Amino acid sequence: MNMRQMPALETRNLNLHYGTNHALKNISLGISENFVVALIGPSGCGKSTYLRLFNRMNDMIDGVKIDGDVLFNGKDIYKSNLRVEHVRKKIGMVFQKPNPFPKTIFENVAYGLKVNGVSNKKFIEETVEKSLKQAALWEEVKDTLKKSALALSGGQQQRLCIARALAVEPSVLLMDEPASALDPLSSSKIEELIYELKKKYTILIVTHNMQQAARVSDKTAFFYLGQLIEYDDTKQIFINPKEERTQNYITGRFG
Amino acid sequence: MNSFEIHALKQRTKDIIFQVTAIVGLLFAVTVLLLLLINVFQDGWGRLSWQFISSYPSRKPESAGIIAGLAGSFFMVSLAALLSVPVGIGAAIYLEEYGKKNRLGKFIEINTANLAGVPSIVYGLLGLGLFVRWFQLDRSILAGSLTMSLLIMPVIIIATREAIKAVPQGIREASYAVGATKWQTIWHHLLPISFPTILTGIILAVSRAIGETAPLITIGALTYVTFLPKNITSEFTILPIQIFNWVSRPQQAFHENAAAAIIVLIAFTLLLNSVAIILRNKFSR
Repeated sequence: MNMRQMPALETRNLNLHYGTNHALKNISLGISENFVVALIGPSGCGKSTYLRLFNRMNDMIDGVKIDGDVLFNGKDIYKSNLRVEHVRKKIGMVFQKPNPFPKTIFENVAYGLKVNGVSNKKFIEETVEKSLKQAALWEEVKDTLKKSALALSGGQQQRLCIARALAVEPSVLLMDEPASALDPLSSSKIEELIYELKKKYTILIVTHNMQQAARVSDKTAFFYLGQLIEYDDTKQIFINPKEERTQNYITGRFG
Repeated sequence: MNSFEIHALKQRTKDIIFQVTAIVGLLFAVTVLLLLLINVFQDGWGRLSWQFISSYPSRKPESAGIIAGLAGSFFMVSLAALLSVPVGIGAAIYLEEYGKKNRLGKFIEINTANLAGVPSIVYGLLGLGLFVRWFQLDRSILAGSLTMSLLIMPVIIIATREAIKAVPQGIREASYAVGATKWQTIWHHLLPISFPTILTGIILAVSRAIGETAPLITIGALTYVTFLPKNITSEFTILPIQIFNWVSRPQQAFHENAAAAIIVLIAFTLLLNSVAIILRNKFSR
């Protein structure tokens, strides 16, 4: 890895408070372009909160206070003049529970284009097809694009949500336990997909599944009680962690 | 019988007792309503005719009619809905989606609920002081509608807030996550999804407005009107006031008129409700 290369995402001395709860403590971490980084740690350790920093999803919660720098390609997404909508367009997100809109499959994928002012029908149709192909869903839904997205299975819905996120051409994908609500087969499909997507996107994934973290990620960050305990190559973390707490967590001794 | 079976039997007995209680409650409510309806229909059905619906009030009960009250009620309620629905929905959207959930927000929430429970006569006094006297709207349809819109606005605000609150957070997040603004999220998702529930709130509010009498008596809606409202500054009467007036007369014939007018009022309410229900079913796939 080229050390002089600017990280795609980076936080410096980042602190986050929910009211009086100090949820993230002094986190400095950089994520290089086209890397898959897994965030692991026990529930409540702050990894989801950390993930949601990058597309400003925490803004929706009252009483959140953020100190420190959150950089996207070197620009602070909170302090610079970047519009929050622009940040969210460039940094897409896939949620834990599949959350398709109660609209048609086509409308779901096209929505991001629509709200960003795209009106060229042909371009929208092409993008919908491209995104569904990227999300490995096209073959299953190409004849039912006008049907409600709610009729899809959970795994299909989640891939639809991935297609929806990809349609606005982000450069980063944030994934918050994207496979945890799915059956093992759908889950492995999502994993394969992540493997494909990392060629084009920087991916940050929160997961409770250690095998999944080990399989899909290049680097892994271990969070505990709001602190970043260890951040290293995934192999290193899983084979030879430096910290005892990391070792204990990944071997299942707590968490 | 072992203890499990005894327990099951006890629970089943409780179940049956509760079921019977519920059925008795239901029967009581329905019976009272039915008796009321039968009574009204017996008195008024014979009086119901096109002549009755299309005539102005008169000193002679047999030639009196309700057209003035019917038209007045229709215009007053339409105008009140037109005024209160956009404002009410707007207020609810602000409170739910834009406003901070701080102490002021809590205060406003509690007081909206309180306003929905304030006796309607109080709104009538407010309307009299504010619209009739201060704004010098006199006893116009506009003054009546403004008063009535104040009365039903809390109901609309509360119903809309609940409807918007019930939209899953995941929908909001999904919309924001692809770069939608707050307004786009509200317009494309929150309003369409909550629309059927909001409509139910509006039905309730409008039904209440049709039946309310006290506030309009307070602001001085007339009891004897022999013209149709020409515009929003016209003086007017409404069906409930007409009924109230007839009931207070000594002649039996006027009481029959009142009963007939009640049938029309009920039909009017049912008509509005069914339109709203059809709309709601159409929109909630």
